Amino acid sequence: MCRRTDEEPDPGTDRATDAAFSALLEDSPEELYEQAPCGYLSTLMDGTVAKINATLLNWLGLDRETVIGRTRFADLLTVGGKLYHETHFAPLLRMQGQLRGIALEMRAASGDRLPVLVSSTVKHGSGGEPLLIRTTVFDASDRRAYESELLRRRKEAERARAEAEQARAEAERERERAEQALRQAEADRARLTDAIAALQRSLVPSALPAAPGLESAVYYHTASPDRLGGDFYDFFPIDEDRWAFFLGDVCGKGPAAAALTSLTRYTLRAAALHDPEPAHALATLNTVLHEQYTAAGDPRYCTAVFGIIEARADAAPDHRRIRIASGGHPPALLIRAGGKADFVPTPGGLLVGILPDAPFTTAHTTLAPGDTLLLYTDGLTEARTGPTRTSLFGDDALHAFITDRRPAGPQELVTALTGLLQSFGDGLDDDTALLAIGVPETQPTTTTATNTPR
Amino acid sequence: MDIRRRNNVNLTGPIGGPVVVLAHGFGCDQNMWRLIVPALAARHRVVLFDFVGSGGSDLSAFSEERYSSLDGYAQDVVEVCEELGLEQVVFVGHSVSAMVGVLAAQAAPERIGALVMVAPSPRYIDDEGYRGGFSEEDIEELLGSLELNYLGWSAAMAPVIMGNPERPELGQELTNSFCATDPDIARVFARTTFLSDSREDLKAVTVPTLVLECAQDVIAPREVGAYVHAAIATSRLVTLDATGHCPQLSAPEATGEAILAFLQERQ
Repeated sequence: MCRRTDEEPDPGTDRATDAAFSALLEDSPEELYEQAPCGYLSTLMDGTVAKINATLLNWLGLDRETVIGRTRFADLLTVGGKLYHETHFAPLLRMQGQLRGIALEMRAASGDRLPVLVSSTVKHGSGGEPLLIRTTVFDASDRRAYESELLRRRKEAERARAEAEQARAEAERERERAEQALRQAEADRARLTDAIAALQRSLVPSALPAAPGLESAVYYHTASPDRLGGDFYDFFPIDEDRWAFFLGDVCGKGPAAAALTSLTRYTLRAAALHDPEPAHALATLNTVLHEQYTAAGDPRYCTAVFGIIEARADAAPDHRRIRIASGGHPPALLIRAGGKADFVPTPGGLLVGILPDAPFTTAHTTLAPGDTLLLYTDGLTEARTGPTRTSLFGDDALHAFITDRRPAGPQELVTALTGLLQSFGDGLDDDTALLAIGVPETQPTTTTATNTPR
Repeated sequence: MDIRRRNNVNLTGPIGGPVVVLAHGFGCDQNMWRLIVPALAARHRVVLFDFVGSGGSDLSAFSEERYSSLDGYAQDVVEVCEELGLEQVVFVGHSVSAMVGVLAAQAAPERIGALVMVAPSPRYIDDEGYRGGFSEEDIEELLGSLELNYLGWSAAMAPVIMGNPERPELGQELTNSFCATDPDIARVFARTTFLSDSREDLKAVTVPTLVLECAQDVIAPREVGAYVHAAIATSRLVTLDATGHCPQLSAPEATGEAILAFLQERQ
């Protein structure tokens, strides 16, 4: 009812209100019970229905006569509801004396299911003994639909979460597999690196040996990332007075070139011990390489300078005689004590390994104190000085560089050339080897290797 | 593992008295026995406990794998007996626990001296030549009913339900707590209970056995009680004038008297 407070009460409206109240007051308790908007029933302690209101009978489509004294509350439930009643509802009610808002399903005479919310209270006698059970029943159809929806959503969410968890676990397993593979790859790589390092050590000496009355220096650079070079060198004694040296360049790069390098180095070492005549040593190498590769249809070759350096009874004690031969290799450079530099002509000399019988010629020269002999590969003379391979460093520039610098002795020479090579940057795109051997100006009793391969 | 805490073991009655172990069935917990414990504890040492997953047990000890078979529950019984150093106890099992007792007696014969089976059923689902009272669909419907009351159970209530006396302010909310169970666990227990078939195990029972049935019980009808009695040669059948599946609540005096009479024969 709504009216403005400043108005006089309308006697007609008051009369209508009074009539409504009277009607309510005349609503008998009986009427309130029977026609209440919820179901009421009362049962004996064993569940036998003693009283039930019209609302509930109406919902269930049952006659009062068939229910009172003949039916138990549990009989009005669906089978699932009955089981729940026996295992949960009834024991709880006995223990607590009351129950609130339990969701059950009742079964109507038509067979329809009626979702309900049930609350029950036990009425006790004056001695505290349980007498009967009063129960209210609320129609929960709409609420049940809503709860079912909530339940369905919850199940969906749980399923989604389980799936996400599964996907996460699978991703984790995948990550572990990847890590395992990575660890394996790293182990493989470490093993391969070890193998390559061992192989690489077999291609060049780990350090130059100390030769009495001589000084030597070396520089070694591999262009390939696996450090397997196509350039090679060696310096080793034949006997007390004679040392052999060689330096060369095999065709190609990488593992195949390394195999060829290895064969070349050990062939030359063996040949030198058997017959230290440089032209003969190169001829032996030629035969071996030709037979191994070119004759077998896989033409491979190398260029090399091979020499013997020896003290001779017929020469001054601080002079060294050099016999040297070349197979298609850039000529050695002889730098005199005063700084004058000349290429050592090595006539003839084809690429080693191409032809079955290649002629090699031995040339002669002498090292006086302060003189240095430089062997190098074309990595030096063919280093790029411009953006393309049309501008290369070249023999003349090398000659001019050394004439300008006048380095004193092998170590200084190699240090100067190393600096030069570094100045080329990425212009140095090939393997490069330098080997310098000299007679010191003031001769020490022994010399040491002044550089180790890098 | 602390078995006493895990299974919420409670002891009452005179120390040194003959031991009676009371095991609750599917639905509630050891509170089911509260109306008959006083009578039993007058002269007997009474052991009460909750199966893992029910009542005040340690829910974290629940494993779906273990408790998906009645043997898992029987293991609880054996472990409780071992923990307490009990031998030749009288094991009183209600509903499904009557069968758990049968399995425990098989697994550890030295522990179980006699069985009291309250409203037992070895199989709830009808089979050829056997009437258990339910169809498989009925059992699915029960699982549905459990789900319907799912929303009435809240995880926040769990610590309170599982025995948390230092929070009495929550007592008001504990209306239905005796039967409150984690719905996921209740589902496992319900399936294990109502889908089990222990008929063959009955034949292996050799200890003195009292079968207590109710005159009116929709879960374990009288023909099932008769079946159990017939299958166990050493059994006696007593029919209580009680309605429902829980005579220890609906007819505590008669139930207590029947059990005490059986206990006295054992002495």
